Amino acid sequence: MNLAPKYAYYPGCSGQSTSSEYEVSTRAVCRALGLELAEIPDWSCCGSTPAHTVDHVLSAALAARNLVLAKEAGFDTVVTPCPSCLTNLKTAVHRMEDPDFMDKVNKLLDRPFHGGVQVKSVLQVIFEDIGPARLKAMVKKPLSGLRLAPYYGCIMNRPPDVMQFDDPENPISIDKLMEALGAEVAPFPLKVECCGASFGVARKDVVTQLSGKLLQMAETVEAQAFVTACPLCQMNLDLRQGQVNMAAKTKHNLPVFYYTQLIGVALGLAETDLGLDKLIVSPRGILARIGQKQPAAANQ
Amino acid sequence: MQVIKISHSKNTDFMAQVERESGQNLSLCYQCGNCTAGCPYTFVYDIPVSKIMRLLQTGQKDAVLSCHSIWLCATCESCTTRCPNDIDVARIMDVLRHMARREGRVAERTVKVFWDEFLNSVRKHGRAFELGIVASYVGKTGRFWTDMELGPKALLKGKLAFKPHDIKGKQEVAKIFERFKEEYGG
Ligand code: SF4
Ligand code: SF4
Repeated sequence: MNLAPKYAYYPGCSGQSTSSEYEVSTRAVCRALGLELAEIPDWSCCGSTPAHTVDHVLSAALAARNLVLAKEAGFDTVVTPCPSCLTNLKTAVHRMEDPDFMDKVNKLLDRPFHGGVQVKSVLQVIFEDIGPARLKAMVKKPLSGLRLAPYYGCIMNRPPDVMQFDDPENPISIDKLMEALGAEVAPFPLKVECCGASFGVARKDVVTQLSGKLLQMAETVEAQAFVTACPLCQMNLDLRQGQVNMAAKTKHNLPVFYYTQLIGVALGLAETDLGLDKLIVSPRGILARIGQKQPAAANQ
Repeated sequence: MQVIKISHSKNTDFMAQVERESGQNLSLCYQCGNCTAGCPYTFVYDIPVSKIMRLLQTGQKDAVLSCHSIWLCATCESCTTRCPNDIDVARIMDVLRHMARREGRVAERTVKVFWDEFLNSVRKHGRAFELGIVASYVGKTGRFWTDMELGPKALLKGKLAFKPHDIKGKQEVAKIFERFKEEYGG
């Protein structure tokens, strides 16, 4: 099977640095699943949160430059791993359905956008194009004995009219994929609660409070690790876990995986392709125990 | 509790402007409080989000544009998702920040500076360069980097790029900002 790439791939800026493990594991897993991605040539920053707090036309223009490049390269679907990029790209497409708004955006661009491009998360593509059943059949190393807190973050599925994927209050795509890998998924009531987003630098107190709540809840539901799909969530929970512990006088020590890393582990992909060594809270202990003990729920 | 004399300060132009820029009908809000109940940031807000909606309905421009809440909203979309009247509340919060910026009012300077430095980085390189953003943030705020201890952790893991990645089309990106400034005086 050697299909031409179907998806234009938008990696996003954090994939080049703080979430490099998300980037490499996404590519490795997509390759293993037969999902061909073609990186958008010379893509630029989507503007992230800062742009939409300045102006909606500016924000849409920064996103749209990438949609134009994808279209010119012959693609009608753009996929991205990062929910923040996803939200910007999707909101731009959504707002540009209004011709007046599209005109304003095009005034800022060298080459105008004329529609005809849709945007999806890599998660959506893995969930819909491959699906839990096919994934399950490909598992080489079941994640048995691993109990996870599935954390989607606030904007992967909200608002529903724009994001158009999974449930805005109780999303289940990651749950289903993890169960297919043989992991046990804890009921996690804060699946879509905000982690403190990009306030880490300017208002660390906000992040330690909100991420602290998430870590506390993960321990309450007896999860051994988080599984997430968002670079900002991952950073707040993992890199800043020590700050949370300091602020709240707690002793959390929970690894925070990207869902792609865990798919990669279960598919038996090479460790170097999954960036597991980049996680700040070491996942070694937990990974070593995988398969040694059957999970409480799904014995197989 | 702060009491506002509505009749003295009702600004109808402001109300119309918020409605136009956000595309939302302010009078649809019936003050159920759902947005506030779900907002994870209420604990740091000086005015809860449902009360901002009420102040908007009564045209209280000064109170709304000078509050801290509009700078601390993370656009988590909880309010928008849960409003029973389909009001895009998060979009209104965004629009209030746009207006506050234009009027030069900033209740949370560090937040604004961080966002500005992020965009400066994008304007310069075409992509966000994290170390550079933090460096100029520290320069502008004169604030010793409160995240100092994270630096070595991230660097040891090879997670922070030392050099910006300039894209070929960085002029095109810079031009987006230039044209924005010409059109809107941003
Ligand atoms: S979008 Fe802003 S105002 Fe609305 S719930 Fe989230 S943080 Fe609160
Ligand atoms: S949820 Fe909607 S109707 Fe209820 S207070 Fe908030 S904005 Fe008003």
